[in-house]
Amino acid sequence: MIGLAHYLTVAAILFTIGVLGIFLNRRNVILMLMAIELILLAVNINLVAFSAYLGDLTGQVLAMFVLTVAAAEAAIGLAILVIFFRRRGSIAVDDVNRMRG
Amino acid sequence: MIAILAFYLFATLTIASAVAVIFSRNPVHSVLWLIVAFFNSAGLMLLVGAEFIAMLVVIVYVGAVAVLFLFVVMMLDIDFAVLRRGFTKNLPFGILIALVLLAEVIVAVVSWKAGPALSGRTIPASATPNIVALGQLLYSRYLFAFELAGLILLVAMVGAIVLTHRARGDLRTPKVSKQIRRRPDEAIRVLDPPVGEGVKL
Repeated sequence: MIGLAHYLTVAAILFTIGVLGIFLNRRNVILMLMAIELILLAVNINLVAFSAYLGDLTGQVLAMFVLTVAAAEAAIGLAILVIFFRRRGSIAVDDVNRMRG
Repeated sequence: MIAILAFYLFATLTIASAVAVIFSRNPVHSVLWLIVAFFNSAGLMLLVGAEFIAMLVVIVYVGAVAVLFLFVVMMLDIDFAVLRRGFTKNLPFGILIALVLLAEVIVAVVSWKAGPALSGRTIPASATPNIVALGQLLYSRYLFAFELAGLILLVAMVGAIVLTHRARGDLRTPKVSKQIRRRPDEAIRVLDPPVGEGVKL
């Protein structure tokens, strides 16, 4: 029988793959953003699984808000990426120190 | 039985395509694998009865976010071979970190006890459809948060447009305010020309 632990394990593996993606593709912002999407997807799977097994719909409402924020984050991130590419002609981010922040 | 098979199918495909996202050489392939991962996780959500969220994942992630990624990847002329430098150098340490993280999370999941209420519990079939129940909750108790989510989307939209907008100098756009400000008395002349003289422009 498929229980809550199965879902949590799938979400954990997905989360780890996302973190690994950020770690491995440290120069490529597009892949980093995709890895962030994977992490948020893992969070959503967790929220939906808990919501289903607890019989409480609040988790699904929260999953919807996570989805909203993920969409907004992707839009803003890609917009920043586009203007960064226009300025520099590259999206390698390991030497982004122009603002000396 | 079919539900168990479906769970393992969706879970395996989700994880396999997530691995393909971060390991594929071509970013376009990465985006396409990301779409596969989204579809399969929507299947996972369908299996526990969260129909609305599953459809939302398909519509928002596949329909909007993945297409946005694809659009940006194809629009920018990026040399991805340069960006992959350091990938193999980071690989052993990255795998190590990932395995440690995964072990920690799995230990947390396995050793976690949910109490008698959750152990061996099947999902109760609810009388109201998922989308109806979600809508009732969303428009009553979480109304403020719902409006706030809309505001976040508005801010994201305005921000993305403001960030990427370029004013082009070579365009002749209509000046709407000037057009609206025009009045009939300055735009037309009513004349009654005498015979044989015509109108002087």
